[in-house]
Amino acid sequence: MTPRNEVLRLDRITKRFGALTANDAISLSLGEGEVVALLGENGAGKTTLMNILFGEYVAEEGTITAFGHPLPPGNPRAALGAGVGMVHQHFTLADHLSVMENILLGTRPLWSLTLGMAAARARIGDLVRDFGLAVDPDQRVGQLSVGERQRVEILKALYRDARILILDEPTAVLTPQEAEALFATLRKMVARGLSVIFISHKLHEVMAIAGRCVVLRHGKVVGEVETSATTPGALAAMMVGGAVTGPTIAPGIAGKALFRLNRVSTKGGEGAPGLKLADLTLSAGQITGIAGVSGNGQAALSDLISGLALPLEGSVEIDGEAAPPRWTPVEALSRGIGRIPEDRHKVGTIADFTLTENAVLETHGAAPVSRKGWMDWREAEARTRAIIAKYDVRCPGPEARIRLLSGGNMQKLILGRVLEAAPRVLLANQPVRGLDIGAVTYVHGQILAARDRGAAVLLISEDLDEVMQLSDVIHVMSHGRLSPPIPRGTATVAELGLWMAGEGFTRAA
Amino acid sequence: MSLIWDILISASFWAAAIRIASPLIFATIGELICERAGVLNLGIEGIMVIGAFAGWFAVYLGLPLWLGVGVAFISGMAFGLLHSLLTVPFGLSQHVVGLGITMLATATAAFTYRLALPEVTSPPRIEPFQPWNLPGLSDIPFLGEALFRQTSLTYAAFVVAALVALVLYRTPLGLALRSVGENPAAAAAQGLSVTGLRMGAVIVGSGLMAVGGAFLTLSAFSSFFFDMVNGRGWICIALVVFGAWQPGKAVLGALLFAAFDALQVRLQQTPMGAVLPYQLFLAMPYLLSILALVVMSRRAEVPQALMVPYNKGER
Amino acid sequence: MRLEPIANPSALRLYGLPALALAATVVVASLLALIAGADPFATLGLIVDGAAGSRFAALETLNRATPLIFTGLAVAVAFRARLWNIGAEAQLYAGAIVTVLIGMQGLGAPWLQLPVMALAAIAAGALVLLGPVVLKTRFGVDEVVTTLLLNFVMLLFVGYLVEGPLKDPAGMGWPKSVPLEKELRLPRIIEGLRLHWGFALALIAAVAVWVVQTRTVLGYQIRAVGQNAGAARFAGIRVNRVLVQTALISGGLAALAGFSEVAGLKGHLSSDLSPGFGYTGIIVAMLALLNPLGVVLTALFVAGIFVGADSMSRAAGVPTYIADILLAVSLLFMVLAIRLTRFRVVWK
Repeated sequence: MTPRNEVLRLDRITKRFGALTANDAISLSLGEGEVVALLGENGAGKTTLMNILFGEYVAEEGTITAFGHPLPPGNPRAALGAGVGMVHQHFTLADHLSVMENILLGTRPLWSLTLGMAAARARIGDLVRDFGLAVDPDQRVGQLSVGERQRVEILKALYRDARILILDEPTAVLTPQEAEALFATLRKMVARGLSVIFISHKLHEVMAIAGRCVVLRHGKVVGEVETSATTPGALAAMMVGGAVTGPTIAPGIAGKALFRLNRVSTKGGEGAPGLKLADLTLSAGQITGIAGVSGNGQAALSDLISGLALPLEGSVEIDGEAAPPRWTPVEALSRGIGRIPEDRHKVGTIADFTLTENAVLETHGAAPVSRKGWMDWREAEARTRAIIAKYDVRCPGPEARIRLLSGGNMQKLILGRVLEAAPRVLLANQPVRGLDIGAVTYVHGQILAARDRGAAVLLISEDLDEVMQLSDVIHVMSHGRLSPPIPRGTATVAELGLWMAGEGFTRAA
Repeated sequence: MSLIWDILISASFWAAAIRIASPLIFATIGELICERAGVLNLGIEGIMVIGAFAGWFAVYLGLPLWLGVGVAFISGMAFGLLHSLLTVPFGLSQHVVGLGITMLATATAAFTYRLALPEVTSPPRIEPFQPWNLPGLSDIPFLGEALFRQTSLTYAAFVVAALVALVLYRTPLGLALRSVGENPAAAAAQGLSVTGLRMGAVIVGSGLMAVGGAFLTLSAFSSFFFDMVNGRGWICIALVVFGAWQPGKAVLGALLFAAFDALQVRLQQTPMGAVLPYQLFLAMPYLLSILALVVMSRRAEVPQALMVPYNKGER
Repeated sequence: MRLEPIANPSALRLYGLPALALAATVVVASLLALIAGADPFATLGLIVDGAAGSRFAALETLNRATPLIFTGLAVAVAFRARLWNIGAEAQLYAGAIVTVLIGMQGLGAPWLQLPVMALAAIAAGALVLLGPVVLKTRFGVDEVVTTLLLNFVMLLFVGYLVEGPLKDPAGMGWPKSVPLEKELRLPRIIEGLRLHWGFALALIAAVAVWVVQTRTVLGYQIRAVGQNAGAARFAGIRVNRVLVQTALISGGLAALAGFSEVAGLKGHLSSDLSPGFGYTGIIVAMLALLNPLGVVLTALFVAGIFVGADSMSRAAGVPTYIADILLAVSLLFMVLAIRLTRFRVVWK
C-alpha cells in the first residue's frame, strides 16, 4: 500500500545472518501525518529492520528512501540527518546530566564557545508545550520517572528536527496512564504532519494509535491492514500464524506446597520495581508461570528466591518452614532450590572458567567436590563429564573455557549443574531466551521432566506463548504485583494482556 | 587551642596555604578532567615528577620560566598520550597502565637528570618565579598579604581552574566531555567520538598535572629532587573524590587540605612540636586524604562510566 | 578502530606477541644506551654480565629477587581477586618493624624466636591491608588510593621509630634500629655462599600460593571473585569474606619480604630498607601474568635487570635508572601484548 505524501519507503529489504534470514524482502511505506504499527513477536525481524534503517547493519538487498532521497546504507548519521529520529527501548541518556544537557548533547559544533542555552531553552519550551511533553528541562535525568525519560528521548528527536519518529516498544516500560499521555503526544505530532512508526506486540495499543498495521512473522511481511478494518483477534492470528498451540503438554499433578510467599515486599533496584505484597505458592509437580512485560518485578522475584535479596515484609516459607533471617544463596541451595538465572553469560557462568570450574560453582564448598578446604578436581571433572554426556553439552571437553560454547550448550551445562542437585524447587528465569529452536525444545523437555519428578517449578518468561504452553498455573506480574493464580486454560491471551497492562489489579483492588 | 588560633589569624599562614595549594590545584583539575571523561589516571604521580623535572631542566638550560612551564605541559601531554592510547582504544586496565606510566615517567626523569648531571651532588638551583604583588590589591591589610603577593603561577592555577569549570559546564566541548564519562553510548549516538574526547581529556589533563609538578621546581623549591612529589599525586586523586568531581569543590578541597598542611608545618615549631614526633605531623596529609575518601565515598556522584572502557559495537 | 574478540587465538599469536613485547623492550634499552652515548650491544652485554656473569653476580641477583618474589606474590594473589593492593611497600615495612620488635625481646631459643618473628610479621602485614579492604567492603572506598597513601604513612612511622624509640645509639647518628642478635639472623643456605634462607622461604611461599590457588576451595573462590564477582555471589560465594581472606594472605606475603630483608640481609630496620620492592612487585606479578610460579621467574628477571644495570652503570656510565625505565616499558608492552592475544584490532 502506498500512502499519500510518502515520507519514508523501505523497499524489499533483505538481511541474512548465516542461515537465518532475519528480513526477507520487507517493504514498508510511511505517509505524512500517519502512524504505522510494525507488529510482530520477538524475533520476527523488527529490530533488524530498524538497525538497517539506522545504518547499524547493511542489507543485502533493498533500498531506503526518506523524503524522496535514497539513504546511503551503513551510515548511522544518514537517517538522523534526513529527519528520522528513533526512541529505543533502552534509552541512551546520561543520568547525571540535566534534561537540557541531554537534549543539547552533540547539537552544536564541539568548539563553539557557548551552549546557546537561552535559545535552546525557549525552543524546548515550545516543543514541551506544543506536544504535551511535560518535563522540567533543569532536572537531572536520573531523578526522572521512566515515562519522563521517554519524553526526553522524544524531545531529543524533535529538537533535531525529526519529521519521522520511530518508537521501539515504547509502552513496554510505561504505566497505562503514561502510555495514554504518550498517545496524546503522538496524536498531536501527526496532527502537525509528523509521521510515526510504532513498533509493538501489544494489540490493543496498536488498535488505539495506529492507522495501519504491518505484521511481520519470521522475517516476512505476512499482512498489512487498516486498523479500522480489522480486529485484535485477526491481528493476533496473523502475528502467531495460528501456531499458538504447539505440542499439547499433559498437565502436572499438583502435590504439596513447597514454596510460599505471603504478602512479601522487597526493595527494587536500577529502575525496576521490587515486589509489592506478593502472594505465591509453588506446588510439587506443577509449573507455575510468571507472565508479564519484563522490568515489572521479575528480577526482584528471582533475586528473592535465589537468595540474593531479603524480604522487607511478609514471610517466605520453604516446605512449610520459615526461611532463615539470613537468607543467602547458600541457604537457598541447601534447601533444595535450584536456580537457572536470567543472564547465563554474566550471572550463570564465569566466562574464563573451564566447564569443570563452572559446573561445580554451586557445589564446590562441600564433599564430594571438596574436602576440608581441598578441591577434588578429579571428582569435579568426573561430574562435569557426566553432565556433558547426560545433557548433551557440545564442547571440546571439560577443560575448555565456557566462553567458547554456544548459548544453548552453556544453558545445558547450567541445567545439568542445577538438575543434578535434584532440586525440589526449580526457578527457571527466561530459560530459553536467545536459544535456537532445538535448544528450546531440549530445555523445555528438561523442565517438564523435573516437574514430573515432583519439583515445584517457577517459570519466568516475557514470552506469553511459552508461559501459556508450559504452565499449570499462571500469575501475571505488573509493577511488582502478582495477579491471583490463573489455572491452565482458564484465561485467553486478551485477558492475560489486561493483567499485564495492570488493569486487572485496579479492578481486583 | 589559642596556639592554633594564633596561627590561623596570621596572614602569612594563609599565604602559605595558597602557595601549597597551587600545585595541587593544577594536578587535581588535570585528574578531574580525565575522570570526568571516564578515565582514571594513576599516572598522575609520575607525570608530576616528569613535569617538575622537565620544567626545571628547561629553565636550567636557559629558557625563560614561562617556557619552562610550557615544556612541562608538553612533557605531561606526551605521557598522557601514551596513557590514553593504551587505556582508551585498547581498553587496558586503567590501574595497571596508570601505575606503569607513573613508574615510567618517574624513571625517565631520574634517568635524564643523571644523564645530564652525572657529577652533581647538590641539586643545582634556578631563579624561580618571584611573588607578584598585584597593584592595589596587595596593599589591602591582611587580605593583601594573604592573597595577592603570590607568584604568577599561583594566580594561573586559579585562572585555569575557573577556565576548566567554564568549559566543562558552559560549552559544547565540556558537555561532550562529561557525557563520555557518564554514558559513552549516548555520546556516540549523537555522532561524537568517544575515543577522541577521552584521549583529548587525558592528554590535556596530564599536561596540567605536569604543570602542577613544575610549580614545585619553578615556584617553590627552585631545584629538582627525586622524591619531591612525594605522594602529592595520590593526594590529588583523593581530592577529586573529595571535590565530588566538581572543579569548584576540588579547589576548595585543595585549599582546605593545604591549610592543614601549612598548619602542621607551623605546629611543628610550637611547644606541641617539641612533644609530638614530627613524622606525625607529616603523616597528617595522607591520613586526612584517607579520611576525606571515607567521608565522601557514599555521597559523591561518581561519573557513571569511570573506568569503563568503551568499544564500538560491543553492547 | 575497535577490538574484536578472538575465540581461538593461534599459538603464534599466543606466544609471539609476548615475545615481541620483550624484544621491543630490548630495542628501547638499546635506544637508551645510544642516547646515553654508549654502545648498545656492550651495554646490554654488561647488564647480562652484571646480573649473571659471575657467582657473585648471580648470588646478588638471587638476594635481590628474594623480596621481589614475596611482594610479587602478594600482588599476584590480590590482583587475582581484583583487589588492587598497591600497598605492598607498607606491608613490607610492617613486617620489618614487627620482626625487629620481636627480635628485641628475649624469647629464649632462636629456633622458637625466628618462627615467631615470621608469624608476627605476617600478622602485621595482613592487618595493614585489612584496613583498606574493610573500607572498601564497608564504605566502597577505592583501595588503590588508600593503600598507596598508607605507604607514605608507614614510611614516616618507620622514620619515627628509627629516629626515636628504636634508634641504635651505636649507629653514629645514622637513623637505624639496633641490629638483631647474630643467632636471630636467617642462616645461609650453604655455608660460605652469601644467600640466606629467605630465598628458600620465598620459593616455598611461591609453591604454597600455587597450591592454594589451584588446589583449594579458597583459591578457587578467589579466582571466581576476581573473574566475575556477580556470578560468584549468585553461586553462594561470600564475596566480601573472600576479599578479606585474600587481603590477609596478600598482606602477609608482602610482610615476609620485610622479615626476610631484616632477618636475612640487613639485620636492622631503616627507612631505606626497601628501594620500592612493593611497587616493583606489581611489575613482577603482571609480567608473570599473576601466576605464582611465574613470579619466581619474573622476580629473577627483574632483580637481574636491577643488579645488572647497577654494575653496567659503573662500567659504561649509563645511569642505573635505565633499569626502572625498562621495567616500566616491559610492563606496558606486556599488558598490551596480552590484550592483543585475545583481541584483534579492526580498523573501521
